[in-house]
Amino acid sequence: MTISRLTIHELHELLIKKEISATELTKEHLDRIRRLDSNVKAYITVTDELALKQAEAVDKKLAAGEKIGMLAGIPMSVKDNLCTEGIQTSCASRMLEGFKPQYNATVLEKLKAEDFVMLGKVNMDEFAMGSTTENSAFFHTRNPWNPDCVPGGSSGGSAASVAADLAVYSLGSDTGGSIRQPAAFCGVIGLKPTYGAVSRFGLIAFASSLDQIGPLAKDVTDIALIMNAISGYDKKDSTSANCNYPDYTASLNKSIKGMRIGLPKEYLGEGIDSDVEAQVLAAASKLEDLGAHVEECSLPHTRYAMPAYYLIAPAEASSNLGRYDGVRYGLRVQAKDVASMFCETRKQGFGPEVKRRIMLGTYALSSGYYDAYYLKALKVRNLVKQDYDKAFTQYDCLITPTAPTTALRKGNNQNPLTLYKSDICTIPTNLAGIPGLSLPYGVDRNGMPIGVQLLGKAFTEPALLQVAYSLEQNTSLTRLKPNQGKGI
Amino acid sequence: MDYEVVIGCEVHVELKTKTKIFCSCPTDFGGEPNTHVCPVCLGLPGTLPVLNKKVLEYAIKAGLALNCEIAQFSKFDRKNYFYPDLTKAYQISQFDLPICKNGYIDIETDKGKKRIGITRIHMEEDAGKLVHQGNTITTSAGSLVDYNRAGVPLIEIVSEPDMRSAEEVVEFLNSLKAIIEYTGVSDARMEQGSLRCDVNLSLRPVGQIEFGTRAEIKNLNSFRSVERVIQYEIDRQVDILESGGKVIQETRTWDESKGRTYSLRSKEDSDEYRYFPEPDLPPVIVMEDYIEKLRAELPEMPKEKRRRMIEKDGLPEYDAGIITASKALVDFYDAVHTHYGDAKKISNWIMGELLAKVNAEGIELNALKIQPEQMAALLKLVDSGEISGKIAKKVFAEMFETGNNPGDIIKKQGLMQISDETALKTMIEQVVETNPKSVEDYKAGKTKALGFLVGQIMKQSRGQANPAVINRLLVEKLNSM
Repeated sequence: MTISRLTIHELHELLIKKEISATELTKEHLDRIRRLDSNVKAYITVTDELALKQAEAVDKKLAAGEKIGMLAGIPMSVKDNLCTEGIQTSCASRMLEGFKPQYNATVLEKLKAEDFVMLGKVNMDEFAMGSTTENSAFFHTRNPWNPDCVPGGSSGGSAASVAADLAVYSLGSDTGGSIRQPAAFCGVIGLKPTYGAVSRFGLIAFASSLDQIGPLAKDVTDIALIMNAISGYDKKDSTSANCNYPDYTASLNKSIKGMRIGLPKEYLGEGIDSDVEAQVLAAASKLEDLGAHVEECSLPHTRYAMPAYYLIAPAEASSNLGRYDGVRYGLRVQAKDVASMFCETRKQGFGPEVKRRIMLGTYALSSGYYDAYYLKALKVRNLVKQDYDKAFTQYDCLITPTAPTTALRKGNNQNPLTLYKSDICTIPTNLAGIPGLSLPYGVDRNGMPIGVQLLGKAFTEPALLQVAYSLEQNTSLTRLKPNQGKGI
Repeated sequence: MDYEVVIGCEVHVELKTKTKIFCSCPTDFGGEPNTHVCPVCLGLPGTLPVLNKKVLEYAIKAGLALNCEIAQFSKFDRKNYFYPDLTKAYQISQFDLPICKNGYIDIETDKGKKRIGITRIHMEEDAGKLVHQGNTITTSAGSLVDYNRAGVPLIEIVSEPDMRSAEEVVEFLNSLKAIIEYTGVSDARMEQGSLRCDVNLSLRPVGQIEFGTRAEIKNLNSFRSVERVIQYEIDRQVDILESGGKVIQETRTWDESKGRTYSLRSKEDSDEYRYFPEPDLPPVIVMEDYIEKLRAELPEMPKEKRRRMIEKDGLPEYDAGIITASKALVDFYDAVHTHYGDAKKISNWIMGELLAKVNAEGIELNALKIQPEQMAALLKLVDSGEISGKIAKKVFAEMFETGNNPGDIIKKQGLMQISDETALKTMIEQVVETNPKSVEDYKAGKTKALGFLVGQIMKQSRGQANPAVINRLLVEKLNSM
């Protein structure tokens, strides 16, 4: 048994049976990071001292016979756009290199209350803009399944750290697929919760109306356990939903017999890799075997989602990133006057993809273009939402590919338009604010993992988890590990 | 050519909430720089705004007092621009769906009552403050930023271009100030910056219907500068038009010391704010019953108060107008009036002694040491003859200074009016004895001498003798001689 391969609930059993201590577990992970992260390059910052202190506290509780929570003592990683008090939160940008927030993101406060153990902060595309983690200003992260492939993005460090067993789970953020696509590329599970289900306070904003924090983990139960800890109303986030939150583990064992599952035709066919499509169809037929009704359906406005997204997200980003002006924190490039200081700081502080999106968004919001671009995009967003609303009157959930292909090759991703297309299956979800879960389901011809995506109505995460769990329990295709020889 | 001036105002009013609009930092003035700040108002990465409900309440109250429609659905927008005092590079404001619209104020002009339209009122946050180092901006080594003001709640009140003279603008601002002050949502003090006014001014040939091109003038911090800037801008624009030029649409700033305006930026530079809906705040939905609850909480407005003072208290219109111009003055008047019945006497004292002192010493009306009950007590002491009107002024000055009770002051300084005949007779004996010449004059029919003798007695009593009693006793004495 390799301890680092185990899931949260498996490790929890070992901890409470005192077969392993939290300190040993943490040391094991820190040791793996020391030995292996030079190959994966998932971590920007390793917080080993803090991790050991947190682990020690859990061991003390165990020694004192106290009851511990499910996440207590479990080592994890955090995407570097989630604010961690006193610990660099860089967004993988030169602009915020050395920025140490004075506050924790709400999700981290919640995990702290669960006695979590944080191993460190992981790499991402700069300000969460990208699909390969190649837009990190610091270094590229490699796919643990094949070092010549990208881990996906923007939560590439999160997905890679979990896939390479350098963390038991991770927190990422998803604005247009940034949790689900890297989860698919790295063969782990990723959930983008319903917009408003997890507080955004302390998540450094990319596009505020689309951003959501969510978990990446090794099995479905773990995802449910993390959701139990991080979801909930937060008065510090005015967009957080003030409603009752379920026990996300409660639905897992329920049968999916009689469930109605839609297979949207717009997510298959042209532009989708044949191996990917085959696995999605295989998953669908597995669900039928398990008693669900699967049928083809249509979301006619899907093709307009991407152009709408690439107006709305950059528009919000252009505003959200305005504050990085060198005046108060982060990078400042001295210049002859204030205006030049702004310009030089932003010129040197931001990478090309961030600049491209700021330019796009600024343009879309400018007077004279607003109606034709931003406003029109909002209307499209509404239509996309209505497509889903309509579909969910007939189906309990939808099944689609997470990404059109498996992990892309590294260093080959210069054309932004081609790259933007890799988010084509995940983007509409964020526009509609609904939950989306990516589940590994087999590998392609090259042995790279394939992700299938489950989509549901707002706040139906339990249903998605239920479907994912029944696939997980009835096939061996969902818990995949990188090939030993090829991977790290 | 004869021109008609067309003026509209944009008035920023700082709301008197305890905490800022999107965080719980205090709004107090005068803290050390950057002490009333937190991650939210500093716009640090990852932080989010949460609307202070009091701000919404105050904005609605202001709207109701200004006869506005209250929007049951409104939203916040971001106004994007770069400036070091703006922590997020955008100001959270309201663009196309403000909380209030379509209101008005009726003002008095020499041609009678005139209605000035209020286009809209919206909520927004204030920015920080730049403090330039060194004496002048050219020799300045750098600038410091104080973010204590960042996130202080404001409402912006936009008027229709309904005003036609500086007098109308001043009358509008005075009425607006009084109404806002009455609602209790702001101190509305221009000198302290809690009420700031931008003026939009254009000219058009008399009889023309279309408006001319306007200039917007900022940085006006007193009613006097509003008047001056309007005259200056009229002259400037007339000169341009008369010499065949064109007024350009631009933002200008007023230099109080030089008495002139300067161009800040032209329209092309300024109008690109890339407004869009603030995604961090949900729309503001206001229920009808909430609006009605706030309407019921509104106090009497200056116009109604004035009418009541004239009709019920019997005050002259002039007196009522002066007292109702300030909420603090009305409150003082009302409080005195509950203890003392003669409204006109109260108003005489307020308009006379009180305002003279207040203006001379530059004291805020709500920081008065003298209490209304004390003022009433003073008036009663005069009525009962315990002190003379002249002494009362002296006592008032002392009360204004110290806040002490009039009775105590009178006792301590021995200012009680002397009506005791025995005491007065002794004084009369003395004065008659030491002034034989005057007595002779009086006997010879020179009545003027009587006045002299009374004056001598008053002097001897240090003003405390009751003049009426002295007169009577002195005449008796002289006639008996």
